[in-house]
Amino acid sequence: MKPLLFAYRAPKSIEEAVVAVAGDGDAMVLAGGQSLLPAMNFRLAQPTLLVDIQHVPGLKGIAIAGDIIVIRAMTRLREVELDEGVRRANPLIAEALKHVGHIPIRNRGTVVGSLCHADPAAEMPLILVLLGGSLVAHGPAGRREIAAADFFRSPLTTSRRHDEIIVEARFPALARDAGFAFDEVTRRHGDFAIAGVGAIVRLDAQGRAATVRLAACGITDRPVPLVEAEQRLVGTLLASSDVRAAGAAAAAAVSAADDMHATASYRRRVVAALVERAVAKAAVRAKERTAS
Amino acid sequence: MTRARPKPAIPVDSGEPKIHVALTVNGEPVERQVSVRMLLSDFLRHELGLTGTHVGCEHGVCGCCTVHIDGKSARSCLALVAQVDGAVIRTIESVAAGDGKLHPIQQAFQECHALQCGYCTPGMVMNILARFEEPVPIDLSDDGIRYLLSGNLCRCTGYANIISAVRRAAELLGRT
Repeated sequence: MKPLLFAYRAPKSIEEAVVAVAGDGDAMVLAGGQSLLPAMNFRLAQPTLLVDIQHVPGLKGIAIAGDIIVIRAMTRLREVELDEGVRRANPLIAEALKHVGHIPIRNRGTVVGSLCHADPAAEMPLILVLLGGSLVAHGPAGRREIAAADFFRSPLTTSRRHDEIIVEARFPALARDAGFAFDEVTRRHGDFAIAGVGAIVRLDAQGRAATVRLAACGITDRPVPLVEAEQRLVGTLLASSDVRAAGAAAAAAVSAADDMHATASYRRRVVAALVERAVAKAAVRAKERTAS
Repeated sequence: MTRARPKPAIPVDSGEPKIHVALTVNGEPVERQVSVRMLLSDFLRHELGLTGTHVGCEHGVCGCCTVHIDGKSARSCLALVAQVDGAVIRTIESVAAGDGKLHPIQQAFQECHALQCGYCTPGMVMNILARFEEPVPIDLSDDGIRYLLSGNLCRCTGYANIISAVRRAAELLGRT
């Protein structure tokens, strides 16, 4: 199908873009368009005005400052996936990006666009929540930083105000000795996940889990940290019984109802299995990264 | 005797918001006044008559409409012409040489019998071509090629011959 009629503006400054969005209650911000345009073609999204931010200066590229990777709003998914600096600072990001759509989608789609679209099964929101990152919103009164934990509210809904444009996302770097893993289950590669899990594990000198971070997508109305599963693992040697207990705790966090892709009970089994796999892989990598 | 039919009241100008775009398509400069909601896929087919770019699903799933935007593979159904104003577009029509000699990827598809109805083939070729032009090593295992092709649906072949064709193309292009 084709999109409904809309007006189109491509402002040359962030202030102009914010004014344009603020002036129309049904305006939407267009970056790469890989989520918005399918929704418009289906007429699920019917904006009356599209504000294309591709010509706004200062919204392209990646900056790594200390422990923070700054990904600006027009930076494409594929650009981040292939960036050597990002890979060194936080290899978890590239691992998750391989699962986002397909290469031609990642060539156009943006990381910030994926975050703002806020599909509950999407990978990038999960990674930002898992890492405890943040976003920067530019509104009429200037800029404000929003923690990932406060950003994702419900399916396709964030705490971005209508008259704000997200100009960058800030992903913390991964500690040198931290093991990491991301895995998901989909019907076909590139589909949204039935469930996905990210894990970050640090071990102490005795091989016990000193810190464990787990988060999942696809299991509820937003990406969520798996706090109970984390608690089952901290201080343990990550024996198979510990990891199974964490998987069971993660399964209990599933609130998504049956849908066309999977039943809730299948989702619970999927997320439990993913937690077990991700923790095991992250623990192996924690040993390797500590040794190197 | 034919009866005079009343003419349908089709408006000459729909009054849709319009935009002037200037871009490069297959090396040729192109300028048009188009509706802002026109998709790049429709622009190529209806405005320029480049019907080699096929339209399957119009929501980014099937990959039939894959073209290159500024040298990178992209879904032309998920780009507005307004967004690619000033860009360099490449379509399947530019891939074979002017004398009709097939590109090595097309030759590999022919040799390996990697197409039946051919509907998905232009999108497949444009996706593979962009990937071969990217200076990143390519995993030529079956799994690696399936990953590369995951965004292109074929309903005829069962993919086995397409996988062989990608490997053959890599040989022909010296990318093994």
